[in-house]
Amino acid sequence: MSAGHAVTVDPAQHSGKALGRLTGIGAVLGVIGLGASLALAGGTKQFYFSWLVAYMYFLSIALGALFFVLVHTVTRAAWGVTLRRVVENVMATLPVFALLFVPIWLGRHEIYEWMHAEAAAHNPIIQGKAAFLNEGFWFTRAIFYFVAWSVLATWFSTQSQKQDETGEERISARLRGAAPIGIVLFALTTTFATIDWMMSLEPMWYSTMIGVYFFSGAVVAILSFTLLLVHFAYAQGALRGVVTVEHLQDVAKLLFGFTIFWAYIAFSQYFLIWYANIPEETIYYMKRQVGSWQSAGMMLALGHFLVPFFFLMPRAVKRQSALLIVMAIWQLLMHFLDLHWCIMPNLHPEGMKLGLTDVAAFAAVGGIFLAALGWVSSRRALVPLRDPRLPESLSFENV
Amino acid sequence: MPGFLPPFFPEGEHFGLLAEYDSPGALFHACEKVRDAGYSKWDAHSPFPIHGIEKAMGIGRSRLPYVTLVCGLTGVIGGMALQLWANGIAYPMIISGKPFFNWQPYVPITFECGILLAALSTVFGMFAFNKLPMHFHPLFGVERFEKVTDDGFFISVEAWDPKFDAAATERLLASTGATNVQLVPRRGATS
Repeated sequence: MSAGHAVTVDPAQHSGKALGRLTGIGAVLGVIGLGASLALAGGTKQFYFSWLVAYMYFLSIALGALFFVLVHTVTRAAWGVTLRRVVENVMATLPVFALLFVPIWLGRHEIYEWMHAEAAAHNPIIQGKAAFLNEGFWFTRAIFYFVAWSVLATWFSTQSQKQDETGEERISARLRGAAPIGIVLFALTTTFATIDWMMSLEPMWYSTMIGVYFFSGAVVAILSFTLLLVHFAYAQGALRGVVTVEHLQDVAKLLFGFTIFWAYIAFSQYFLIWYANIPEETIYYMKRQVGSWQSAGMMLALGHFLVPFFFLMPRAVKRQSALLIVMAIWQLLMHFLDLHWCIMPNLHPEGMKLGLTDVAAFAAVGGIFLAALGWVSSRRALVPLRDPRLPESLSFENV
Repeated sequence: MPGFLPPFFPEGEHFGLLAEYDSPGALFHACEKVRDAGYSKWDAHSPFPIHGIEKAMGIGRSRLPYVTLVCGLTGVIGGMALQLWANGIAYPMIISGKPFFNWQPYVPITFECGILLAALSTVFGMFAFNKLPMHFHPLFGVERFEKVTDDGFFISVEAWDPKFDAAATERLLASTGATNVQLVPRRGATS
């Protein structure tokens, strides 16, 4: 099939309604999770921390989607056009995260030690950081992130949808022009959001790599999540023959690459701190060598890197749906362990304590996220119907 | 004139048969026929890459990744072992108060050794699988073959292919729409 050949994708068969079922599943999960987490630990430190982990988890998936779409646009990529809409739908849930932030805002004094006036009063280091770490500025920054993410996500998503109707090539060009600015905004906001919401949990500690650490996990998460979504759509009869094994192999290649990237970043952060051996930096890893946190860290090295590295290496695995689904679920679990390991030692310094509240908060945030995803998806086609490079993507083959 | 290195081909009077085609499409379909006839020691020649030709020729997956994997892992194990032995056993030195046996500072060098051997083995493995460097090839003796860098499309079937039979193979090649089929001598001759 040549690129000039007129190719049409049947909008009825590849309707976003295939993902529409997620709305119901998500709404039920969200309500149960919200009720359970409030009943179990509403208003306690445990609740807020569990919420923060779940929040960062699903935020990382949505931000990963934003990154994927921006890079796909700026590189003028053709291969992934057929699955781009699925990722766009995930990205389009970003505005919901402003709403999901409410519990974190409510519990900010429970979560962030530096917000306590008395903690700061006796600590010259926290006082020295007051110009950046103060409640007003912290909140203003959060608003800025939400505005930036919502505007980027909504605009890229609606423009792409508009192209379904008009077929204008100009839209692609316009998006391509804006994407570099989006990437710069994305990099800055993601880095600072990680600093604000994760690094400032330990206000005495700092790492210039924490932002990219969160980002690397986010890309692993969105690639895994995309593999699951595509297979979910397959099960509903959509995307078959449009997103082919060739596209899956490319997503798996990226997953393989970003798994290595995560390990590279994780090791680099650890290595530099280990080598310099400065107490204010090593405190982060000292905390994570206590009790079962040590085993969790080892599990990350093994499960988030070594196992997927060898598992995803053969070409045959990257083209095998069943194995890809297993790996996607595995990496999504590992990504949760990763964020849990980053955040929770501040609440449970004695050792890992994964409880029902964690599960309930995860279901609450995840449910609302899935409901939003289902709702966004069901309102449009699951494939960018009239993207100028759709024919090229449909006939894409790995050599 | 023979080349600097002898071509890595078995002895024999003839190198094989050379068939010429006038278009990439003709070459493509001829490849499918030669593939289906069960030949294994043959090649297609074109001035530019033809999309999908490897499938038309029935070429399988390269064995090169296995070479890369084995050599890469050798580099990883060797790099780590060398450092552990040198810094931990042969010449232990206290460096910024760190233990003699510590894996952390050895990781970057271990990684680099893995990459180094993997990359070198890939390049040289590719050379080996492609029988390079080959300074001379019997086809270079065929004047007509010079068109291969311009507008000529060729299939060469080598004489040591188990299915090769000068007369039968020539008939096969002629039936694939070749504009010219000729016997190529073992060493560079003209015609």
